[in-house]
Formats: sequence, C-alpha cells, structure tokens
Amino acid sequence: MPGAIYAEGLVKTFGDVRALDGVDLDVPEGTVLGLLGPNGAGKTTAVRCLTTLLRPDSGRAVVAGIDVLGQPDAVRRSIGLSGQFAAVDEYLTGRENLQMVGQLYQMRAKQAKARAVELLEQFNLTDAADRPTKTYSGGMRRRLDLAAALVVSPPVMFMDEPTTGLDPRNRQQLWEVIQQLVSGGTTLLLTTQYLEEADHLAHDIAVVDHGKVIAQGTSDELKARTGGERVEVVVHERGHMGTAAEVLRGFGKGDTTVEDHTRRLTVPVTGGAKLLAEVIRELDSRGIEIDDIALRRPTLDDVFLSLTGHVAEEKPEGNGEQGRRKNTRKEAVK
Amino acid sequence: MSAVSDTARVPAAPGNAVTQSFRDSMVVAKRNLIRMSRIPEMIIYGLIQPIMFVVLFTYVFGGSMQIGGSTSATDYKNFLMAGIFAQTVTFATASSGAGIADDMHKGLIDRFRSLPMARGAVLTGRTLADLVQTALTLVVLAVVALIVGWRVGTNGDTNAGKVLAAFALLLLLGYAFTWIGALIGMSVRTPEAATSSGLIWLFPVTFISNAFVDTSHMTPWLRHIAEWNPFSATVQAARVLFGNPGQSLSGAWPMQHPVWASLIYSVLIIAIFRTLAVRKYRSATA
Repeated sequence: MPGAIYAEGLVKTFGDVRALDGVDLDVPEGTVLGLLGPNGAGKTTAVRCLTTLLRPDSGRAVVAGIDVLGQPDAVRRSIGLSGQFAAVDEYLTGRENLQMVGQLYQMRAKQAKARAVELLEQFNLTDAADRPTKTYSGGMRRRLDLAAALVVSPPVMFMDEPTTGLDPRNRQQLWEVIQQLVSGGTTLLLTTQYLEEADHLAHDIAVVDHGKVIAQGTSDELKARTGGERVEVVVHERGHMGTAAEVLRGFGKGDTTVEDHTRRLTVPVTGGAKLLAEVIRELDSRGIEIDDIALRRPTLDDVFLSLTGHVAEEKPEGNGEQGRRKNTRKEAVK
Repeated sequence: MSAVSDTARVPAAPGNAVTQSFRDSMVVAKRNLIRMSRIPEMIIYGLIQPIMFVVLFTYVFGGSMQIGGSTSATDYKNFLMAGIFAQTVTFATASSGAGIADDMHKGLIDRFRSLPMARGAVLTGRTLADLVQTALTLVVLAVVALIVGWRVGTNGDTNAGKVLAAFALLLLLGYAFTWIGALIGMSVRTPEAATSSGLIWLFPVTFISNAFVDTSHMTPWLRHIAEWNPFSATVQAARVLFGNPGQSLSGAWPMQHPVWASLIYSVLIIAIFRTLAVRKYRSATA
C-alpha cells in the first residue's frame, strides 16, 4: 500500500537539463517528508510534478490514493499548495483572496465566505482582513498564502520553501502552524534549503541533488551515516595546541583536525558525556587553559556536506556563495 | 487553533462542466474587476490615449484628408470616429496580455492551476473583465466624440438599434483581440514584454486599414491587405451602421458585406486564439 504521496522514477528534462533524474518518494499518511537540497537540485520541479502543475516525461505518481497523471482534477481537490512566492493577489484584500480560492475549490459563495472568516481568525489576520494584501508584511502574506492552501483542509499538503525570506520570529510562528496541521493528520511534503527546518519539522528527510534522491531517512539515521560524535576544543594559547592535540589523540577514534587560526581541535569519539568529562580533567591536569569545549553530534549540514561535497544553504549573492563553497570544500578535505 | 473545520469539507466534483466553467470564469472576472477598481490610474491612462487621438486627428488631419472626394473637416471627423473606436478596442490586447503575464510572474497562475477549477476560466475571466473595461472606455470616448462634433446618420440611414449594433461589433472585435493578448501574456516572460509585444503589432494592423484614410488612395497591394484586414471589416461595418461617410466602395467581399465579415472574423479569432491560449495555460511553466 503506497503512502499518501508516492512517486516512482519521476523524470523531467528541460532541454539538456535533467531536472528530475528518476525520483522515488514514499510518504506515509500523516507524516512529514522534508525534501532537502540546494537551489536547482530539483525540489521545486518534484513538487510541481506531484501537484499536477508539470507533466513528468516518465514515471508514476500517486497522491492521496489518486493517480496524478490519470486524474489530475481529482488530485487538485485533495491537495493544498503553498508556493515559494506568496501567491496571493496583492490588490485584493485577505478576505477577498480567501473567498476567491474557496469558490474556485467549488465551494458555494456563502460557504467560501464563512471559511474565509475562520481562516483569517486562525491565522491572526482578522484585523488586516479588509486591507489589500500589498500592505501586508512578508510574514502576513506568507500566512495568507498558507491559509489559501488550507481552504478545504486538504489531506495532503505541499509547501515549497514556506519560510524562505522570513525573519526568525515569523519562521517560528509558521513552524507552529505547520506542526498543528500535521498533528491534525495532514500529510505534508515540504521543500527547504534550511537544514534546521527539516530537522525541526520532518519525520523523514530526502536529500536531493542533481535531480536524484541521494539519501533518505530520519534526521538521526542520516546523522548516524555521517559518523558519530566528536569533541571540539578551543584552547586559549596557541602554544598549547600541540599538547592538546596529544591529549585528544589519546581519546580519539580517528584523526585529530587542527585549525591553527581559530585554535580549534576536533576529534571523533565514542563515549558521550562521560568521555567529555575525562577529556576536561586530562587537559586541566596538564595545565591547558581552554576557551571552549563541546561534544558535538553531526548536524544536517555535516550530513549534506558529506553526501554531496557542498553545503545546502546558499547565499543569494554570487560572490558570497562561491567563497563559502570553497571554504567548506577545503574543510571537508581536511 | 485547529486546521480542521466543518466548513472546510472538500466539495464534491461539480456536475456540469459548462456550468462550472461559467461560474469559475465569473469568479475570476470579479477578481480582475476588483483589481481594476483599485488601480483607477490604469483606466484613466487607458482613456487619455484614445481621447488624444480623437482630438489630434480631428483638428490636425481634418481638412487635409480627402474622404470620398470631399476635403471637408466635418466629413473627416465623421469618417474618423469608427476608426478610432475600433483602434481603441484593440488596444485592450496589451492590458490583457500584461495582466496575464503578471499573474504568471507572481505565481498566481500556479495557484490557479493547482485548484480544481475549469481550465479556461482564468483566461476567460480576464478577457471578460477587460471587455467591461473596454465598454466603459468606449462610452467615455463616444461622449468625447459627440463633444467635438461627431454625428451619426450624416451619410446614410441609421437608428438607435443600428448604432448599438455597431458598438456590439466593436466590442466583439475588442474581445477577440484580448484572446490574442492572452496568448501573448502566456508566452512571454515578463509583464513589460507583454505590454510592448502586445502593442507593437497593433500599429500596422490598425494603420494598414480603412480606419484613418480612404483606402482608394493606397497602392493596389497595400489596398488589398487593407480591404481584407479583419480590423477594416469592423470599421466598415461600424461606418455603415452609424451612417457615416467614407464607406469603401471596393468590390472586396469584406467591404461589400462588412457586418457579416466582422462577425465571422471576430468569431474565428476567438476560436483560434482561445484554443491556443488555453492549451498554453494547461502546460504553462512559470
């Protein structure tokens, strides 16, 4: 029995570019799949194929038990889509936008009106309900866009980078809304460039790069694949780095990485907090003063880096992005 | 704050495709009319240009133009108005195209395409809203024309029914051209490109015609194009129905049967360009 969102061998090419190169997905009902990948990895194309906006060249997709290619209109009645751009009409008020979407979901005018009132209340937009949405803040627009996707409480939701460009407070608010939605039984496919977001919201994470799913699993599984814990130490004096490295080698399960300019040493370990205490005692007994010490588990950033050789989050500015990529590559080689 | 609610049930599949298409088109048309009412400057700028044409052509060209052997300024004025009206309705093409390109650009078309609504309704709704705007523009323009001295029935029989029929044919031509605009809007990348590419081709179409000059003075090959130009058929039909001077005596079929020609051309343009535009909409990628 396939899940609420199921895809098998999805391929989509644009000219020479294989935007999707055989994507398989399976999202059990009531769970959240985070589709994680850099710009141009194929996340949006996958969402567009699953939401009937784009016809794949080959492959099969089933959403809410309905064949996407065979019965697109039936799929459209069962899904909500919240896009990368807040797709609301900026000259219409929030209320008018929601009423229009309700009517286009084939609600009667009266029902659409009542539903708009509910959603405005639910998303804290009642005060702004009768203002054109071009006067809304970015966060308000995003909430309205999400409300529009929820007009018929669809069993399956797709969100394409729902929090891109939002400030932390608005992001937090939107996360709460999404979590409530999922606890109500909605199945959700979410694309994101933010590893923290996938970690926070998704049950399962599929890492996408160059149109392929290159790894899939829970956040913990993916982290375990990348390797275990490590101890990071920042020593106070540069002169102590040699001794500190010697100490760490004694506890480590692999090579010690030394960063001269930050006076940071890192070593993979097993043994958790107990081991950390031992490391501290040993460093102390040798008179090495430390600025910082921590036991680190791999982040999804590390996961992404080890899987793809580059970072997931990319800065919009070309220069910054290249600089960052280069840096990270260098570190990865160490 | 629960997401599930009684009023949020997924409505059943609508029974009748035609009813649904009509209903959805009306919902979208209403949306576009609300938009237009919130951007009144668009309507005002849309009026300035045709009013300027009425005034400039009347006072600058009037008296230098020969219409059916007459160089009277009054004759030219009465000749001119059908042409200006027709040109004005075709300019709605550009705003239709720009509006649709803007919706594409902003992701609204994606939203619409993910909804279980009739496939042609987004474009039909837009073109119907543009038709309402065109009708308003024509009313204002007709008043301005009357102020500068335009009169019906100067060179032939007319009555209220015929005058209304002339305006109906003009609006039908305008509606047909908004479908060309819809196709342009679906085909270009930006609203700016839709505006300019929506306007450029209208100049040859409206000038190689009988709208502003008597075609009998044109070189033969140009005259043939002008006489078979769909745009000329509507201009000629309006002139005949208004009873205004300068009706072409050419033997070309559209000039002999302008009302029929105008109807056939407009319906044909709608059939072709609606099909193409809706097909483009179905496979659109923003």
